[in-house]
Amino acid sequence: MRLTLLHTRIRTEERLLLDELERRGIAAELVHADEAVLDLTESFDARNEPHVLLDRCLSHTKALAIVRAFESRGAICMNPSKVTRTCGDKLLTTLALTDADVPTPRTVAAFSADGAIQAADELGYPVVIKPCTGSWGRMVGRLSDRDALEAVLEHKLALGGPQHGVIYLQEMINKRERDIRAFVVGGRTIAAIVRHSEHWITNTARGGRAEGLPVSAELDDICRRASNAVGGGEHSLLAVDLFEDPDRGLLVCEVNSTMEFRNSIETTGVDIPARIVDHLVEAANASAVVA
Amino acid sequence: MSQIATGTTTETLTATCPECGGTITFARAPRRHEIVRCPDCGAELEVTSVSPITLALAPEVEEDWGE
Repeated sequence: MRLTLLHTRIRTEERLLLDELERRGIAAELVHADEAVLDLTESFDARNEPHVLLDRCLSHTKALAIVRAFESRGAICMNPSKVTRTCGDKLLTTLALTDADVPTPRTVAAFSADGAIQAADELGYPVVIKPCTGSWGRMVGRLSDRDALEAVLEHKLALGGPQHGVIYLQEMINKRERDIRAFVVGGRTIAAIVRHSEHWITNTARGGRAEGLPVSAELDDICRRASNAVGGGEHSLLAVDLFEDPDRGLLVCEVNSTMEFRNSIETTGVDIPARIVDHLVEAANASAVVA
Repeated sequence: MSQIATGTTTETLTATCPECGGTITFARAPRRHEIVRCPDCGAELEVTSVSPITLALAPEVEEDWGE
């Protein structure tokens, strides 16, 4: 197996993955996204060897371009570019989930300040505003009333780039200061955590506290459906974030395609990097058999 | 600056923080592009080379970065 690890930074997650690969004697070619130079007109790589690309790139834009190029050269990419594209854009994720009847918070897209105010009036306050691209709870706002929304919109539309012209508004879910993150590898839910925080944003990147959560049949089912909805499947490595709505049950909030798991190994007792490497090897072997 | 102590079984690897000048000791050989935090000033640093070990301030998070 030929393995490429695409990255931006070697963080704890990448180090754990590289350690696991090293333990198994699997050499990985490290490609930093900023240093990649790809001849897009180069002929197909005809080496008779499964080539797997593990995407750990932080930049959604660069990852999408590089993963797509590797796919066109015949590499098995984890995640596939269609998954990266969908998961990297909250609007596309919401549409994918809705198309597949996966429960998700009510969400409205608007394309002007007037449209956003109209949408928020329909959703009710407080309303949540999120950038379509981004992570770790950055630039996510809980807006208590129209005054707050107008202020944010003025800044967003004056200071942001063209991408901020797509305004993504979501109903505020009473999530009782906790949410769930589940890890889905190859379409199987292998582990889950609950994230607690007194702040309404519960990301562990923002100080949320994690504890293990047994994977129930209900959780596994909705996570599998969410994984399939975003185009995942046998080659997907995903983290599904969910809210527990008192009336509607589990709602999928978002699906992450380059999951962080450093806080979820001890808390779940599941060796997540080992399971990821297991899956890389399985996919490469399956590819070799097919070839 | 990197340093490998000879004549012992323990390899010592150190580098200088570009922010505060403090010494950072690595328990194991770092990889290029690895992220470390200076224990003295708390700066987030990126390993820019491994032989010798050099550090630079880690790049700022960009708008489309995420997981």
